[in-house]
Amino acid sequence: MSQSAVDVPPKGGFSFDLCKRNDMLTQKGLKAPSFLKTGTTIVGLIFKDGVILGADTRATEGPIVADKNCEKIHYMAPNIYCCGAGTAADTEAVTDMVSSQLRLHRYQTSRDSRIITALTLLKKHLFSYQGHVSAALVLGGVDITGPHLHTIYPHGSTDTLPFATMGSGSLAAMSVFEAKYKEGLTRDEGIKLVAEAICSGIFNDLGSGSNVDICVITKGNNEYLRNYMEPNPRTYVSSKGYSFTKKTEVLLTKITPLLERVEITEVGEAMEE
Amino acid sequence: MTFTIPIENGNGVKDAEADSQRTLYPYVTGTSVVAIKYKDGILMASDMGGSYGSTLRYKNIERMKAIGKHSLLGASGEISDFQEILRYLDELTLNDNMWDDGNSLGPKEVHNYLTRVMYNRRNKFNPLWNTLVLGGVKNGEKYLGMVSMIGVSFEDNHVATGFGNHLARPILRDEWREDLSFEEGVKLLEKCMRVLLYRDRSAINKLQIAKMTEEGVTVSEPYSLKTFWEFKAFTNPTVGAEGS
Repeated sequence: MSQSAVDVPPKGGFSFDLCKRNDMLTQKGLKAPSFLKTGTTIVGLIFKDGVILGADTRATEGPIVADKNCEKIHYMAPNIYCCGAGTAADTEAVTDMVSSQLRLHRYQTSRDSRIITALTLLKKHLFSYQGHVSAALVLGGVDITGPHLHTIYPHGSTDTLPFATMGSGSLAAMSVFEAKYKEGLTRDEGIKLVAEAICSGIFNDLGSGSNVDICVITKGNNEYLRNYMEPNPRTYVSSKGYSFTKKTEVLLTKITPLLERVEITEVGEAMEE
Repeated sequence: MTFTIPIENGNGVKDAEADSQRTLYPYVTGTSVVAIKYKDGILMASDMGGSYGSTLRYKNIERMKAIGKHSLLGASGEISDFQEILRYLDELTLNDNMWDDGNSLGPKEVHNYLTRVMYNRRNKFNPLWNTLVLGGVKNGEKYLGMVSMIGVSFEDNHVATGFGNHLARPILRDEWREDLSFEEGVKLLEKCMRVLLYRDRSAINKLQIAKMTEEGVTVSEPYSLKTFWEFKAFTNPTVGAEGS
């Protein structure tokens, strides 16, 4: 194994050693590589029997749509899901990490995970990186103490809310929630309201678009409705379909085995455990 | 008006003088204005607050005024610039009256005039720091338009300035219809103003609604909206995790 040219930071965390050199390079005219952001509208609300989370599906890289149908609702535990806005890599990595920590915790305690456990693990991680891990999350789920919904900001602060929105489309979605949310919504009313809020983000915010994903979490059950609504279909599809040029003609088919096939039958005892 | 381009090498005093002649930042500002066309004319809503930076300094500013017999002007942004614009429009209407021929400026003309004024000021790097909403009815034709401080001007069925762009526009795009009655229009505007009250830090709970029809302008008395704060998560946010 060869020595790497850059030293690994001794105690984990970010190393800011190259910042001065990066500054000098940008002054000389070098453009820093941009990162994939999820632009985004993510929402969550508490209804009568649990929590409903919603998200759009557009991932942007500057002015370009990099992924038309990405998944922004991440699995944390069978009863906990988390929507992520901000830098796509950060939200993906941080939710995967906490998800595996939760599973190990479940094995150790033989109990279902609680939302506040996920909340504390996430906020501890994000705070220690002082906002440089750019992940803004809407965390929701149902555990033994009831339904919970939290927002987590990149610097590590959290809120407990009856309804929440994050991302560039959060104002458009929040205006729908503030105007129409009531406590004790039924499942269908809740799904309709979440879809309406996400659509408001999709049509009024440039960083959000494409389809609506919804996740309904109730006691003992969760339903991940991927692409629940597709309000942006391809407008014109040729009804005749596509006609490709004629295939090349097949003249001869010959199969030449390269090795003798040897059949092995299990003899003797099974492997030692 | 003297105007010099500031140069790097220390004409310090002259630059300060030139800078003090043009608007660099707004000081006393009004927040959003929301307006819609409805069956009989125009409905416009705004709150009565004037913020001095992050202080709520003035709580009784009328940010909507009638212009002549046919138009209604609402403004967000710097209040002193709004008062200046009202003076310019006063001069216009006075000149009109002096002709004494029964003609008066309609909303389209006022809108055009304002666009020219705003754009020309912007070209001189001395903008009037306002976003104006101009609504009116003349000869049965309804008109609703907007001019920003850099001279962007357009006409639409529903407009919103400031934070209203982000919070009120989505609601208006969804729920505006051609044939709203007066009550429905007021309800729609109140919906928007309530969201702004919850989510805009410079909004206050004291608003006016102005109605513009063929008969003329009526600006309502100031009133406040009802708000709801009794969500379970607000009253008890740490359920299940006492002490966090």
